[in-house]
Amino acid sequence: MPENPQPTAADSGAGAPDDVARVEAVMAEPVSRGEPILSVRNLVKHFPLTQGIVFRRQVGAVRAVDGVSFDLHQGETLGIVGESGCGKSTVAKLLMNLERPTAGEVLYKGEDITRLSGRALKAVRRNIQMVFQDPYTSLNPRMTVGDIIGEPFDIHPDVAPRGDRRRKVQELLDVVGLNPEYINRYPHQFSGGQRQRIGIARGLALNPEIIICDEPVSALDVSVQAQVINLMEKLQDEFNLSYMFIAHDLSVVRHISDRVAVMYLGKVVEVGTDQEIYEHPTHPYTQALLSAVPVPDPSGRDQRERIVLTGDVPSPANPPSGCRFRTRCWKAEERCAAEIPLLAVPERFKDSDTPAAHESACHFAEEKDVVHA
Amino acid sequence: MPEPYETPSDALTPSTVGKAAEADLVGVPGTVAGPDPTLAFEGTTGLGTGTAPDSRAAADGEVATPGPPVAEPGPGLGPARGLWQDAWCDLRRNPVFVVSAVLILFLVLISAWPTLIAPGSPLQCDLADSRRGSAPGHPFGFDSQGCDVYTRTVHGARASVTVGICATAGVALLGSVVGGLAGFFGGWGDALLSRLTDVFFGIPMLLGGLVFLSVVRSGSVWPVVGFLVLLGWPQVARIARGAVIGAIQQDYVLAARALGAGNARLLLRHILPNAVAPVIVVATIALGTFVSLEATLSYLGVGLKPPTVSWGIDISAASTLVRNAPHMLLYPAGALSLTVLAFIMLGDAVRDALDPKLR
Repeated sequence: MPENPQPTAADSGAGAPDDVARVEAVMAEPVSRGEPILSVRNLVKHFPLTQGIVFRRQVGAVRAVDGVSFDLHQGETLGIVGESGCGKSTVAKLLMNLERPTAGEVLYKGEDITRLSGRALKAVRRNIQMVFQDPYTSLNPRMTVGDIIGEPFDIHPDVAPRGDRRRKVQELLDVVGLNPEYINRYPHQFSGGQRQRIGIARGLALNPEIIICDEPVSALDVSVQAQVINLMEKLQDEFNLSYMFIAHDLSVVRHISDRVAVMYLGKVVEVGTDQEIYEHPTHPYTQALLSAVPVPDPSGRDQRERIVLTGDVPSPANPPSGCRFRTRCWKAEERCAAEIPLLAVPERFKDSDTPAAHESACHFAEEKDVVHA
Repeated sequence: MPEPYETPSDALTPSTVGKAAEADLVGVPGTVAGPDPTLAFEGTTGLGTGTAPDSRAAADGEVATPGPPVAEPGPGLGPARGLWQDAWCDLRRNPVFVVSAVLILFLVLISAWPTLIAPGSPLQCDLADSRRGSAPGHPFGFDSQGCDVYTRTVHGARASVTVGICATAGVALLGSVVGGLAGFFGGWGDALLSRLTDVFFGIPMLLGGLVFLSVVRSGSVWPVVGFLVLLGWPQVARIARGAVIGAIQQDYVLAARALGAGNARLLLRHILPNAVAPVIVVATIALGTFVSLEATLSYLGVGLKPPTVSWGIDISAASTLVRNAPHMLLYPAGALSLTVLAFIMLGDAVRDALDPKLR
């Protein structure tokens, strides 16, 4: 067992340069590295729990996000997976500056955007946009499609001259595969998949560099999911977008992501390329998560090992000491309760060249191929 | 590792955008039966408002136009419209709206110039005619004082319509602004407002009227309007606050904020249209209540005072004599009912027009 894995700088992120080199050697498709376009450092968001009506006092805090760090590069898709309530959506809201973080930084091209306000914040918003989970509530039912997609131009008038906006809106409708003549229709006249396309068109309007997708397909039915995912991939190629793709569907995330971060109870437990995470998971939580992916082949289904976790996710208001996963982990020992495992390449894989050598926040990280078991 | 989204990646390069549709469907059969369910699913949404040709609607889920980015405007493609233009187009064609609007215009007209249709004076009475039924030249008959009921009903419109419209407008405006802002910003202002409305809810309308209005000497409608607004706004404020809190939690408000929209835009473009419906309903119903409350207050001697002519005064004077001279009650009460009905119909039509789903 490795003792005290060395924490990398500010933990997580892309790691030390030599890790990057190794990762690149392993990866099938090369992803352009270099300066990350967005880097998140130790992001923390605690929602206060208050008591009393007139004189409120804080009795605790829900630790929705508790020290999350990662990098997003130009043109890359970073998938974030985790079960409900692990803080995925809160991370998205923090990145969008829709919530103020309790601590930590979100650096967009080196500038901390969490402290911005007014004009400077508005300027940054042009470059970071969001696609929402529920296409039924994310479009104003009392605005026409033209108004919805044209609203970004009203808010940022310098993007498109007034006379040009209608043409731009029709162009966007066309880009996402909707009939440009639908400009005067209302959201309720569209299906879920079409609405999500409208949401994507709104996100694209300002020509952003980063699009944060908060479960963009989980409200859609499976056939439509595929269309929307393919559309998003096409747009990524066309506009060189960086996606942060939040989902709880592991297959969808694998399909679209270059790198994947696994979250549990407000923390990132494992980060790596999609191949590293899906084929060579080292964190027990990731292994359990992957073992729950449905297998379409009945014979393969019998062969693989199914890791069934017992118990519920602990309350984020009162998370377990040490490793947050220890209450449900079959490997947990005393050390796990005493010592918080850092997100770093595990000591035992440090000098090896295997794909298992990626960041994993576990004292007893070891490879286990659950999918092919 | 199962891979349900396998799609030939070369099919997704920009040069072959047009083929993406087929590529989507090729990739799907691993999870669904074939391309048909997809098309059927998207096809059901081609509900037309008649503005666009629906031949393309069936296939719209797919990347349909490989041609130039901007499609030439179709035959049914009118100028860009917004919610309010659409609502107006809808209202103009709604008979309920037309009828109620004509009725209200007529009421406003006779309030301003009652002599247009009733040249006589409402105060010119002859006791000899007391409680007489309809007579030539006096179709509605006479009241206890021998005054012409028709003339009094026409001239009474001014006071009643003024009280009704002004009190309703004041209540709706004050209530929705205060309640809406409290709901939008929350915090201690909201807490303060909620307690303040509790205080106002504690004051009974009639008792409050007796206390507040008995100190007023003026016989004009304005003290009554002021009193009604003062006691009426908390109800609308509560409803507006609730509606705003309901709307503010929607993702589209979050989306607008993520685009960089300021508070003014959020309130006016996103929250107001989605929160206005319950306020319209309550306000139009309150209008009737205000006119009859004015009548009650006048009956108690603290509202409008004679020689002011109002439906309220006439109704309360006639209510004790309804068995001997029903015409005295029938006409002013009928006018009042018609007015209230017109406003409720108008409110209904406006509310429906602002909801695109009902079009």
